[in-house]
Amino acid sequence: MNAFLETFFKPNLIAQYWPDILKGILVTIEIALAVVICGLLLGLLLAVIRSFQVKAVNTLIVIFVDMFRALPPLVIVLIVYFGLPNVGINIPSFAVLWLVLTLVLAAFAEEIFWAGILSVPKGQWEAARSTGFGFLGTLGYIVLPQAVRITVPPITNRTVAITKNTALGMVIGVPEILSQATSAQSFSGNATPLMMGALAYVILFIPVVALGRYLETRFAWRRS
Amino acid sequence: MDALIQQFFNLDIMSRALPLVLQGLWQTVVLCLIVIPLGLIGGLLFALVSLARSRTVRYAMIVAIDFFRAVPPLVLLIFIYSGLPFAGIRLSPLTAVALAFFLNTSSYYGEIYRAGIESVGRGQWDAARSTGLNAFHTLASVILPQAVRNVLPDLVSNTVEVVKLTSIASVVALPELLYSADMARSITFNASPIVLAAAIYLVMLWPVVRLISRLERRMAS
Repeated sequence: MNAFLETFFKPNLIAQYWPDILKGILVTIEIALAVVICGLLLGLLLAVIRSFQVKAVNTLIVIFVDMFRALPPLVIVLIVYFGLPNVGINIPSFAVLWLVLTLVLAAFAEEIFWAGILSVPKGQWEAARSTGFGFLGTLGYIVLPQAVRITVPPITNRTVAITKNTALGMVIGVPEILSQATSAQSFSGNATPLMMGALAYVILFIPVVALGRYLETRFAWRRS
Repeated sequence: MDALIQQFFNLDIMSRALPLVLQGLWQTVVLCLIVIPLGLIGGLLFALVSLARSRTVRYAMIVAIDFFRAVPPLVLLIFIYSGLPFAGIRLSPLTAVALAFFLNTSSYYGEIYRAGIESVGRGQWDAARSTGLNAFHTLASVILPQAVRNVLPDLVSNTVEVVKLTSIASVVALPELLYSADMARSITFNASPIVLAAAIYLVMLWPVVRLISRLERRMAS
């Protein structure tokens, strides 16, 4: 038991590396928030554009969405991170991580929002249009509020799953939790910082995972 | 434009990297054949435990599942691969990956199975049991077939996520598709090998992603 504590919860190492891990937590939170806000907005925007049913545009959206759903995020991160500097575009590693995760989240969010829009019965469209709403008014006031409501549980779960990928930042040197923890581990020769990093993720993400679980049982409209 | 093609779609470099990348692909396929069945079986186990009669067991399992859904898989993998050796437990990259994937993907599959099993009416249980089927047979031949059918899109979609996730094994130097491609990149100073790997992932997964969209739409209507 003592050996276990010495290996994973060594008090003086906790005290020493706590500030580093905290810095990592702040970086993770910053990137995560930026990804969630930008990804969801872009996804919603794409779903709205798709509902205008312009064939060429929709094909492009579907290709974008499919590609970012099929490719592993780490693969895209590496292509962007190692490829762009060689063609003269230098963007910092945290921006690479933000950009890639935003696009991945946007792709998944578009698909979910679009399914939500499709699930609103046609009669709602017709009724709204016949009372004098325009296309945008119908979409904004009648269809989207209903569509977004059904999509809350799947969007929450997907957003959490994609936001957790901020840990991939370690691979390209973004100073988020995992990279702080692994470098502290190699400096100290002890697994305590890694344990601290893992716990930091648990503390950050368990509330959202639990929220997702709650929303799934509470909010989901039953389809029979 | 030319620089862009040279950097990302350099056919010469791609063809030189191809043998290495194909070796990686083979490793990825083997890895998938290990971790997907492991996750599917583990997930069923997690689901059954999370539906146990005892409230304590049920809650303990749900906490465990949420724990493993909250920890990023890469964190779990690095903890197992480079943290556990400090406690005297040294695992090979493959074992570490298998263990991390077991814990992570079983949690996700488990939640999906659970939703599926809950979607089958209680009456099905009672009816099956009253016709003389024992608990095991009821589960295996009455409940699960319906449950799996109800959540098939989610199962397929999670499997795609698992295949994509195998790319993080590159971080612990398991020579799978991304690792081999990245090695070729670091030798050639050119991103084309990774683009080649991306193309391979696309060829493998794009049809499945399309299939999922279709399945989801059919379930919705």
